[in-house]
Amino acid sequence: MTLAVTIAIMVAGGVYLMLQRGMVRIVLGLLLVGHAANLLLMSAGGIFRRDQPLLGINPPDWAADPLPQAFVLTAIVIAFSIVIYMLTLAASGSDDDTEDAS
Amino acid sequence: MNTALLPMFAGVPLAVAGLLAVITPRGWLRTALFLGPSALGLAASSYLLWLTRDGEVYSHNVALWADGISIPFVVDTFSALMLWTTALLVLVCSGFAVAVRDHMQPFFPALVLVLYAGVSGALLTGDLFNLFVFIEVMLLPSYGLLAMLGALGRLRAGRIYVTVNLLTSTIFLAGVALVYGAAGTVHIGELAGQASESPMVAVGMGVIILALSIKAAVVPVHGWLARTYPRASPAVTALFSGLHTKVAIYAIYRLYAMVFDGDSTYLWIGIVAFCATMLIGVMGAVGEDTTRSILVFHMISQIGYILLGVALFTEIGLMAGIFYLIHHMIVKASLFLSTGAIEHTHGTGALDRLGGIAKREPLLGLVFMGAALSLAGLPPFSGFVAKLTLVIGAVDAQQWAAAIIMIVVSLITLMSMLKIWGGVFWGKAPDTDAVHEPSDESGSVATAVAPPKIRAGLLLPGLILTATTLCIGLGAQVLLSLSAEAAQGLLDTSAYIEAVLG
Repeated sequence: MTLAVTIAIMVAGGVYLMLQRGMVRIVLGLLLVGHAANLLLMSAGGIFRRDQPLLGINPPDWAADPLPQAFVLTAIVIAFSIVIYMLTLAASGSDDDTEDAS
Repeated sequence: MNTALLPMFAGVPLAVAGLLAVITPRGWLRTALFLGPSALGLAASSYLLWLTRDGEVYSHNVALWADGISIPFVVDTFSALMLWTTALLVLVCSGFAVAVRDHMQPFFPALVLVLYAGVSGALLTGDLFNLFVFIEVMLLPSYGLLAMLGALGRLRAGRIYVTVNLLTSTIFLAGVALVYGAAGTVHIGELAGQASESPMVAVGMGVIILALSIKAAVVPVHGWLARTYPRASPAVTALFSGLHTKVAIYAIYRLYAMVFDGDSTYLWIGIVAFCATMLIGVMGAVGEDTTRSILVFHMISQIGYILLGVALFTEIGLMAGIFYLIHHMIVKASLFLSTGAIEHTHGTGALDRLGGIAKREPLLGLVFMGAALSLAGLPPFSGFVAKLTLVIGAVDAQQWAAAIIMIVVSLITLMSMLKIWGGVFWGKAPDTDAVHEPSDESGSVATAVAPPKIRAGLLLPGLILTATTLCIGLGAQVLLSLSAEAAQGLLDTSAYIEAVLG
């Protein structure tokens, strides 16, 4: 339940930021939504089993599912590189903000 | 066949890209390393196409993990066909980039090769998460290519493109999470048929298909495409149009056939969305006034046609859709390359600033006309066979509305092509040129400002592709039987499942 609420709040905040003017806010919004998706992936593996997934040390019933964690790790790396690129785009070129235009 | 070579379709271009990024040669070595991997890929995929022509499926477990745990690389008739077309397009578009000297830009060859690797990997992989990774591998160099070369406003286009694609990838990832949570696996072979049995898996897959639809630019989520593609350089637009949206379309075909098992419950959504895509795309093109923006809107409209095949989900519908997909990739790239040749030589693609090209460049006129007629669906080009089989498929499935929309949209497409033809190829060069170009009497100055001729190197890529669509149109039986085999593989997925799960 806590996790579901957390994901919901992060998506809501992310969507709000994405709808703002200005590239930097959009990037921050995408980061939030990206983290929400990562949490969703984590929860897909089951959040009650939290022990190390090492055979012979922990009973398999209580070992965490390592696959979603590997997914999340990959997704974080990909999102990170794209966010850096987007920040570069935000800093280069003209300002997209139309607020002052009259 | 040694199936361990399958991952090399992604591995070889990646390795050469790495090499090119480190040693940065100039001159012939750069060109050879740039064109080499796609030429090799073309040869290898021709061989694969020969091997899979009767519906055989080959699979390789990467790193030799056991079946079901590993990430499989699978090739069947459908993916072999797509691989072949991809390699052809990358080779031809790279040739065009060499002709306009785009390839001398730092890292340009390396980025194109990474793009090629990503597309090949996405076509071959048999795992949902791996599909996500390969789509990212394909998109990352695209961000660079879009912002690096091209028209004014390309950075703004780059912002839209990156933002939309990152959001879409996040949606895709959320879909993967939902599927994993519901089914406990992301292996496409193990997921087979699960979405038609369990609504929970169907919801997760629905999110994934939504994300793929955004990437394929299906109406109503098509807006980003028309705002970004015309801003890239011509070679890059041709490459993107041939590969990006088509990978998403391929994935929609594959996933709907495998995971939904062609479930007819959801097909009506597809029929409605794809008919809207056809209509709205073609209407959008009517209002545009540069060659590439017209072509981009047509691309959206054609995506509706291609995807209608999967929405029909009958043998003839799927066959027609796959045939259409291959035909469309080739024709669209040909159109972008021949208008790109004009843009490169004359410095503009605006209809009102060009004219009379057909008289000066008869061969280019012929190349463009061939591809344009093929796009509109006139014989003897491949577009005719593609549209005819698709209309037959729609009538066969009693989708009368879809069949009528297809024919109407074809007419509007032809009108738009004639608009480009009339604006760019016929008539006189507009007055702006005439001011700089004195009449013949004044002699010596005229030779200095004579309109530039389009070089043979710029013509050749478009010519090759238009010749290909003519050949496919005249000898349609070859591609039709391959498409039928590919459609059979989608209808009866047991061979695929047996290959990946042993």
